[in-house]
Amino acid sequence: MEIITIIIPLLAAAVQSGTPILYATLGEIITEKSGVLNLGVEGAMIIGALAGFIVSRYTGSPVLGFFAAGIAGSFATSIHGVVCLWFQGNQVVSGLALTILGAGLANYLGTSYVGLSAPGFSPVAVPLLSSIPVLGPIFFNHDILVYISYCIPPVMCLFFTSTRFGLGLRAAGEYPAAATAAGLNVLAYRWFGILVGGFLMGLGGAYLSLAYTHLWTTNLTGGRGWIAVALVIFAFWRPGRAVLGAYLFGSVMALQLRLQALGTQLPSSILLMLPYVLTVFVLVMSSWRKKTNEEPAALGVNVEPAD
Amino acid sequence: MFHIRITKRQEPLSVGGSCLVLLSALILSLLLSGLLLFFRGTPPVDGIVTLFQGAFGSRWAIEDSILKAIPIFLCSLGVAIAFRLQIWNIGAEGQFALGAIGATWVALSFPQWPKIALLPAMVLAAAVAGGGWGMIPAILRQRLKTNEIIVTLMMNYIAILFLEYLVYGVWKDPTSFGFPMTPEFSEQAIVGKIGTTSINWGLAHCLILGVLVWGFFKFTRTGFEVKACGDNVRAARYAGLPYDRLVVLVMVLSGALAGWAGFLEASATVNRLQPSIMVGYGYTAIVVAWLARLHPLSIGIASFLLAGLRVGVENMQLDLQVPAAFGGIIEGLILLTVLAGGLFTHYRLIRGKK
Repeated sequence: MEIITIIIPLLAAAVQSGTPILYATLGEIITEKSGVLNLGVEGAMIIGALAGFIVSRYTGSPVLGFFAAGIAGSFATSIHGVVCLWFQGNQVVSGLALTILGAGLANYLGTSYVGLSAPGFSPVAVPLLSSIPVLGPIFFNHDILVYISYCIPPVMCLFFTSTRFGLGLRAAGEYPAAATAAGLNVLAYRWFGILVGGFLMGLGGAYLSLAYTHLWTTNLTGGRGWIAVALVIFAFWRPGRAVLGAYLFGSVMALQLRLQALGTQLPSSILLMLPYVLTVFVLVMSSWRKKTNEEPAALGVNVEPAD
Repeated sequence: MFHIRITKRQEPLSVGGSCLVLLSALILSLLLSGLLLFFRGTPPVDGIVTLFQGAFGSRWAIEDSILKAIPIFLCSLGVAIAFRLQIWNIGAEGQFALGAIGATWVALSFPQWPKIALLPAMVLAAAVAGGGWGMIPAILRQRLKTNEIIVTLMMNYIAILFLEYLVYGVWKDPTSFGFPMTPEFSEQAIVGKIGTTSINWGLAHCLILGVLVWGFFKFTRTGFEVKACGDNVRAARYAGLPYDRLVVLVMVLSGALAGWAGFLEASATVNRLQPSIMVGYGYTAIVVAWLARLHPLSIGIASFLLAGLRVGVENMQLDLQVPAAFGGIIEGLILLTVLAGGLFTHYRLIRGKK
């Protein structure tokens, strides 16, 4: 009985900490499925976080803030789209540049908001579902953004497997030359992947500034965007496994906060290392167990303009 | 209707053309940054003038720019070696931290050694620590094909937290009034300044190491193998080149150079270990390496320019209260515009009737 009262709040906190990572991971999955490697997740997230915060602060509506964050995320990743899809820039370097630019922009435009708060989302228990023992308090006693995040993976699975557009997007990522020959507009699919992916990354950022905390601080994302990039590999590009990975990281972050609050003997810097060490560990494990290569075959390869 | 077509160039863009593209990219990024200044209510022209004056407008400014260019140059040299093999070492920041830690360990353990023994020992410790830190992702990649971009990046976070752990804990100076820093190094552990300038002898290290790296690619067999594998991994493997071993080698060299930069920063610039040495030189190094197209001499020039950017932004911060993050924005913009400008080296735009 004792242990349950400790574990349930911990797992509920894990779902909450995992949600921003989940949004970002799903965003990166759809981008990579279209054949574009976007390492600027961290940049798109932080820009989304700031946009969401500012809009919510001025309009008083966190819902508007949430959407603004998605649009800002798409705007951020569209820079990557311009450089890589139109100008044939190296996707690795462009993504890094987006991370540097995003962090710079968020800190530059956000300095005057540091320490200020904005109206955000608060937990709403789902009627009936939240009264299920154990599962209820863990999964159904959160803010609405968590519930939205539950809906995205199944939708994405359906999109990839059962819609024409989803199949076309995967073709653009697997074999762009064949897709072009079949009359598909590869660049359009890749733009879709980049923009929708950026929207989700922005939403992940908004979760941090509008639900996880209601405050603006510098360096709010703290490497979560990079963890998302790693999780895409861990998830074998499957939305379902992304959920697993995101909550795994959520648990570690929740545990780390709990341990810090309890005042353990471990120094805080060592505790803060945990998610990063886990990322490396998870990557090593997934490369170890990798039997088939599920990475989109044309990931990171630009489509040369036809003469 | 006029319509723009993109066609492949028969031969690469001329040197003059490349310079023009680079210059346009730089001007475009400055214009965009000026626009951002305008949005914040800072007069853009004043801002850019303050930036350049702060960076290159006085002897003191130029010395400060050179001082900051030293760690950026060494990190960038390392990053460039790895990039040459198409190995994406994003971990210069962490390797820099480990180098500073390694050097500090020697400096604090053997403070009484004569300078002639202590400084080389510190360099060695820094290079081994930085190189070892770089070797971990290389081994993982070689054995398990683990993505080195994410591993090196995660190891940056881990390295910085480890540095903090040390200076907040076991290495903390008991007389520092609670500030997170180690005790000051002994006289023998400090790299001195050149003459009456504020520039330290690290500049000479840069010149020597820069020439060595240039020579490595120009004259050695291994350097040639790295270039060949970087240009076409598959072909090089068929030719029997030891790709996997080269991956480890370039990452160790890369890490050792970043570690060397960490040593200089701890020894010459702050004379101790403290978290404030981690200001993102390792990330700027990536921008520099790409701008310079991985060539050592160009890396030297680009390091000086981007170091100047950092110094100039500090000046803007003092005079115009522009946040320090402005530097990151310009860096990001320069990298993006230069990348986009790369299109013109391989393609030409033709205006024609549709």
